[in-house]
Amino acid sequence: MGDLLSLFINSVFIGNILLAYFLGMCSFIAVSKNVETATGLGFAVIFVLTVTSPVNWIIYHGLLAPGALSWAGFPDVDLSFLKFITFIAVIAAIVQAVEMVIDKYSPLLYTTLGVFLPLIAVNCAILGTSLFMVERNYTFIESIVFGAGSGTGWALAIVSMATIRNKTKYSDVPKGLQGFGITMIIAGLMAMTFMMFSGITL
Amino acid sequence: MSKEKTNYIEILTKGIWTENPVAYQVLGICSALAVTVKMSTAIVMGIALTMVTAFSNLLISSLRKKIPSNIRIIAELAIISSLVIVTDQILKAFFYDISKQLSIFVGLIITNCIVLGRAEAFALANKPFESFLDGIGNGIGYSLILVIVAFIRELLGSGKFFGFNIIPQFIFDAGYQNMGLMVLAPGAFFIIGLLVWLKNSLPGISKEER
Repeated sequence: MGDLLSLFINSVFIGNILLAYFLGMCSFIAVSKNVETATGLGFAVIFVLTVTSPVNWIIYHGLLAPGALSWAGFPDVDLSFLKFITFIAVIAAIVQAVEMVIDKYSPLLYTTLGVFLPLIAVNCAILGTSLFMVERNYTFIESIVFGAGSGTGWALAIVSMATIRNKTKYSDVPKGLQGFGITMIIAGLMAMTFMMFSGITL
Repeated sequence: MSKEKTNYIEILTKGIWTENPVAYQVLGICSALAVTVKMSTAIVMGIALTMVTAFSNLLISSLRKKIPSNIRIIAELAIISSLVIVTDQILKAFFYDISKQLSIFVGLIITNCIVLGRAEAFALANKPFESFLDGIGNGIGYSLILVIVAFIRELLGSGKFFGFNIIPQFIFDAGYQNMGLMVLAPGAFFIIGLLVWLKNSLPGISKEER
């Protein structure tokens, strides 16, 4: 239990998927102009990551990993090179399914999250989490915790960024630095702040 | 003929400089930041991405009349991921060490906004050869930023260039220290931010309004 908690804290703060591994930057820059939309996207990412990470774990360890097909009589087959195309297909399918389910059962949630869901399919944070999950050999339970933790970390980062950008709206930023430039510098400062958590061990 | 030629050159230079994907269109920064700790990884990543963008543009553009528009994203992703798998296998076969260092970032070329962005914005509306050039141009533009960032980070962060120490020992003896910040994540953010500032301040291209 303590291990899982430590993994969660680690993936939210120390190994923050956005600020330490730079995944999901594109939507981070594009959507962080407004706090409300940032919050919406943040929650959508948490949700999708918590689902896709374990599903991809099952598919990888059940079908693609070296030796995974021994139950079917192919103990020497190694399909792990197919993981990129499989993962991206799984992610796209899950995002589509989630969109349809939300649309059917919760129109209110759909109006808030709906616009962001297609964006998420091509968010590198989602694919990156699945690939990290394979590379670091997590167990099934760990993959759920890692997915949820990465999602939370990403959401935390984008909401803080949106809040800060809201504040800087009236700041006197040098002309060439306005927009993208100053956003990167703020992100750098945020990354420094998140690095301070690296002293924490549970 | 000559008009066509200038058109091709224009397509190339657009990607490399005037509409540089990283600095101007703000695409594909994820990996631009992550692989730039060292020059060697940055260059390999740049070449890999240029190849993937060029060939995905070529293929998507040749198929553009066959792909139904409502499932085009899936079709594009399938083409791109197949190309990335090929790239990954080639890297593993010939540059094993570098491929280990790049780890998941080769796979992340799939979700790199440059590849999909160029496919959507250019390849779907243009002829195959022009799309191929556009892919090469954007790939080179991306690699250019990568190499610049990697150069600054490797030089200031570990005092090296392509893995060789180029800061002489007497400077260290005189109290110079490597800037640890540059190797870590925040350094990359600062450098990209400052590069964008530099690019926007250069005359002639400061037309960006937000």
